[in-house]
Amino acid sequence: MEHYGKAPAVRIQGARLAYGGHLLFDKLNLEIPAARTTCLLGPSGVGKTSLLRLVAGLAADSEGTVADAAGRPLDGRIAYMAQQDLLLPWLSALDNVLIGSRLRGETVGEAERRRAHDLLVRVGLGGRTDARPAALSGGMRQRVALARTLMEDRPVVLMDEPFSGLDAITRYELQALAAEVLTGRTVLVVTHDPLEALRLGHRLLVLAGRPAVLDDSVQPPDDAPPRDAARQDVLALQARLLDRLSLALEATR
Amino acid sequence: MSALRPLVILAGLLALWQAVVWSSGVAPYILPGPASVAEVLAQRWTSLLRHAGVTVAEVVLGLGFGTILGVASATLIASFRPMRRWLLPVLVVSQAIPVFALAPILTLWLGYGIASKVAMATLIIYFPVTSAFFDGLRRTEPGWIDLARTMNGGRLRTLLRLRVPAALPALASGLRVATAVAPIGAVVGEWVGASAGLGYLMLHANARMQVDVMFAALFVLGLFAVGLYFAVDRTLRWAIPWQPEEHA
Repeated sequence: MEHYGKAPAVRIQGARLAYGGHLLFDKLNLEIPAARTTCLLGPSGVGKTSLLRLVAGLAADSEGTVADAAGRPLDGRIAYMAQQDLLLPWLSALDNVLIGSRLRGETVGEAERRRAHDLLVRVGLGGRTDARPAALSGGMRQRVALARTLMEDRPVVLMDEPFSGLDAITRYELQALAAEVLTGRTVLVVTHDPLEALRLGHRLLVLAGRPAVLDDSVQPPDDAPPRDAARQDVLALQARLLDRLSLALEATR
Repeated sequence: MSALRPLVILAGLLALWQAVVWSSGVAPYILPGPASVAEVLAQRWTSLLRHAGVTVAEVVLGLGFGTILGVASATLIASFRPMRRWLLPVLVVSQAIPVFALAPILTLWLGYGIASKVAMATLIIYFPVTSAFFDGLRRTEPGWIDLARTMNGGRLRTLLRLRVPAALPALASGLRVATAVAPIGAVVGEWVGASAGLGYLMLHANARMQVDVMFAALFVLGLFAVGLYFAVDRTLRWAIPWQPEEHA
């Protein structure tokens, strides 16, 4: 059904980033499994976003190689979704979904418009395709951003706290939607929220310390996301993850 | 009530004016009363309108040229780093030399007709338009630029589809300032040397001690300037609806 290429694993090697005279991380190696969702947690300022930007090719001041398992670069195979929806206020929801094609100078014909429309229907905004962002709620705007990410149809999706600006119920709904529509892609999600990580992730990583190192001592259950937040095992893991994160906070101070 | 407010303010000011004239007993050739100015307006409205037409044409043409020049300069400065070093000093010089000082030279070069006044209006708005638009282009939301990069957007397309529309609200503030100052350029140009226009009419009336005519010309000039400002403001609001609303 989807047209994107086979989702690759992402291999980060020798990542190094200094910020304001401090070494955030050095010689950091990380493999993100193919077609799985990996959640990256850790205290504020530890370098999660920097690591994500390094993978996205947006970090000018950091070092490290990012490639797939075969050593090929990931150029053109990555879609990026930030904490802000980054919708352009002068465009309708539909045109915001189509912005990638327009920025690349591709022709936007009936087929593209229909696909964009279908994606908006899929994220639950079928009736609001002509609305400008200002007329949409925060949750709706993040849905448009999700549709825009899907329109790019890239096998690797990077998300930087994509739902942190939303209220609890909207966040819960959008987590389920994201888990559903991103199935089969290699996804890296940076999040502050242990429950979000346990709902969405196949794999969890905690970045902590200075310079930071990765820890994978707490892992989610072995079933498919999105997981119900009310499950006993999920709640027990959330308690363990919170413990782990408070240790991480100590280590990073 | 809010529609009546400007009329109430105007009526209040006219009453105050008349009161000052009556109570101070100042000579009519120093300060004519509103009644005698209204008489001039009624008697000479065709002539006033003809001169106003010339001034308005100068202002509108100057706004047009200044906007085109300013938008082009700002785009060049913002898109090509090496251009910044060459164009920014020109921009600063264009603002540092008072337009008033240039008026005689422009009249010498471009003659007593409309061209020298259009050039004056163009020069006086070039800086506010350029600096406002350049600021807008420079302050594109960094997240949008990141997004365009991950989407493999081209540089020119990112400029046209993202940075320019994002900078339009900033350009709009520049244009509002430009609309308010453009009449200064035109009128100063007319004072230095002209054969028509409200500035010319005022200078002429001044030489003949026709203070009531001066006031009538000033009134018409003010009316057109305010009208032009509101027309531009309305158009910008309609054309760029995504600009952040000012909060009262």
